Amino acid sequence: MQPVPEQAGAPAVGPRPYLSRLLPSYAQGNVADRTYALVLGAFGLSIPVLFAFIVLRVGGAAMPAVREFGGSFITSSDWDPVAGQFGALPFIFGTVASSLLALLIAVPLAIGLAIFLTELAPRWLAAPIAFGTELLAAIPSVVYGLWGIFVLVPFLRTWVQTPLVDNVGVGLFRGPAMGSSILAGGVILAIMIVPFISAVSREVLAAVPVTQREGALALGATRWEMTWQVVLPYAFPGIIGATILGLGRALGETMAITMVIGNRAQVATSLFAPGATMASVLANEFAEASADLHLAALMEIGLLLFGITILVNTVARFLVWRVGLRAGR
Amino acid sequence: MSEQTIDRRPRATGFAALSFRERRRRVVSRVMIGGTGVAAALTVLPLLLIFYHLMRAGLGSLNPDFFTNVPAPVGESGGGVGNGVLGTFLLVALAGAMGLPVAIGAGIYLAEAEGGRLPNAIRFITDVMNGIPSIVIGIFVWAWIVVSVGAFSAFAGGVALAIMLLPMVTRTTEEMVRLVPRELKEGALALGFTRWRTTLGVVLPAARSGILTGVLVALARIAGETAPLLFTAFGNPFWSSDLGKPIAALPVQIFQYAISPYEEQHRQAWAASLLLIALVLAVSLTARFLIRSPYRSR
Repeated sequence: MQPVPEQAGAPAVGPRPYLSRLLPSYAQGNVADRTYALVLGAFGLSIPVLFAFIVLRVGGAAMPAVREFGGSFITSSDWDPVAGQFGALPFIFGTVASSLLALLIAVPLAIGLAIFLTELAPRWLAAPIAFGTELLAAIPSVVYGLWGIFVLVPFLRTWVQTPLVDNVGVGLFRGPAMGSSILAGGVILAIMIVPFISAVSREVLAAVPVTQREGALALGATRWEMTWQVVLPYAFPGIIGATILGLGRALGETMAITMVIGNRAQVATSLFAPGATMASVLANEFAEASADLHLAALMEIGLLLFGITILVNTVARFLVWRVGLRAGR
Repeated sequence: MSEQTIDRRPRATGFAALSFRERRRRVVSRVMIGGTGVAAALTVLPLLLIFYHLMRAGLGSLNPDFFTNVPAPVGESGGGVGNGVLGTFLLVALAGAMGLPVAIGAGIYLAEAEGGRLPNAIRFITDVMNGIPSIVIGIFVWAWIVVSVGAFSAFAGGVALAIMLLPMVTRTTEEMVRLVPRELKEGALALGFTRWRTTLGVVLPAARSGILTGVLVALARIAGETAPLLFTAFGNPFWSSDLGKPIAALPVQIFQYAISPYEEQHRQAWAASLLLIALVLAVSLTARFLIRSPYRSR
């Protein structure tokens, strides 16, 4: 034994046992500290355990549908609970279409807003606008839905759909002008994800070193050239990450889109046709589903939605994390 | 910079002196910068519109009956959402009681365990859980609790909201604990404090206001959630505080009123939304303005 007094927090000599690699370093301390480390470890472990439990439970409940329909579940567009036919394609299509439409509207706005707030706006203007976008993010989804039903949908029907149907009337703009539609869903999703994308984009833009900006200005760039040619390329992976995080939000959003998309299980090729998303069919049909196969099919939709959002969020976190890493150097 | 030549004619100055290319660069810069301002205005516009419509359609229906009555039968006027307000408070309290201890514990764990592959994996899973669609949490709790008990219940609703709360509060707690200066912790340890007393007696009190902010923000968010409650708490047109029975919740009532065909219920949906927003914003603004962590940079 060495007579060196033991220093709190000093790493134990040699490789630490497996368990304590999970626990804080003091798991080898006195009895009270060891107990404390174990209790903390149990709290920490409860999260992955719960996560695994969610996957198993939802997956288990979806199994009957997986066995019955196999791969055709995601390729068939035939959704008929009465006849016992379940193909999820209309919902996958509706989710993807409404989310992409939302991104198309939201991303330019969100990036413009983020640039405005970080690079250009004077403080007296930036603070209230930033606060306003935070408020937008705090509004509950169901309130967006209510506003969507009674304000946005009638507005779109009168001022967007009707003129476009009358004057164009083909392709994406085929009538009739129903109001509740994939377009309405995309617009309400866009309003909901703009604050989110711009908040993350602002963080990413703020992480771009001042020296980059000063360098550009010193070379004679205008403010826009500095932003467009120097700041944005530097922040690009992070902005893509912010966009994908917004996509993750849009894919899983339930109440607001359920209230405005029209809820019809069809693969519609017009922006003005009603549709349905994976989340909206769950909200609409789950409580009334009585047949076991119907429930299992809805569970499988839930499982698919779960899987897609995990994938999307993982990619996004990775990208945002990488920009932080680069800026940290 | 333009080259200087010997020229006796009066020279143009300022913008007019620039070459076409230079002028174009400046104009493009101005236009694009103006464009970002327009984007900012377009983003704030829906906020103003939503508040305007909430006030216009909802304010008139807020009266004492609205807060104290249960919903009136269809066709009668004078009903209220008192049971929904009670239900929302109960559900949020239940979720807090179940979720907060675990979330704060897990947050301290993540802050203390720092590196290592397993803590990093847990941190990552927490972030992923934050992204799970709320409706999926609803069907999970349905399959887990509602099916095994055989009935919709306030308890199941509380569990669903607690699962939503867990990853949010875990991550903010971790961040706030990390913000506590190292010296404080080292001082306590140097005085001979054990680790657990250092954390509970020194670090946590120092991080308290930051954690409280995170908790309030999370509670405000789950109070407005509808999707996880549809198949768990389910809704109830009567007064109920029985945890084993279905219970009303303000967001669920708004949803049901909004999609109903009756004018009177639409009116109530607007008023209930105004009430819900007031509650949610009051809590999150309290969190924002009244409580400031001394160690936060902003």
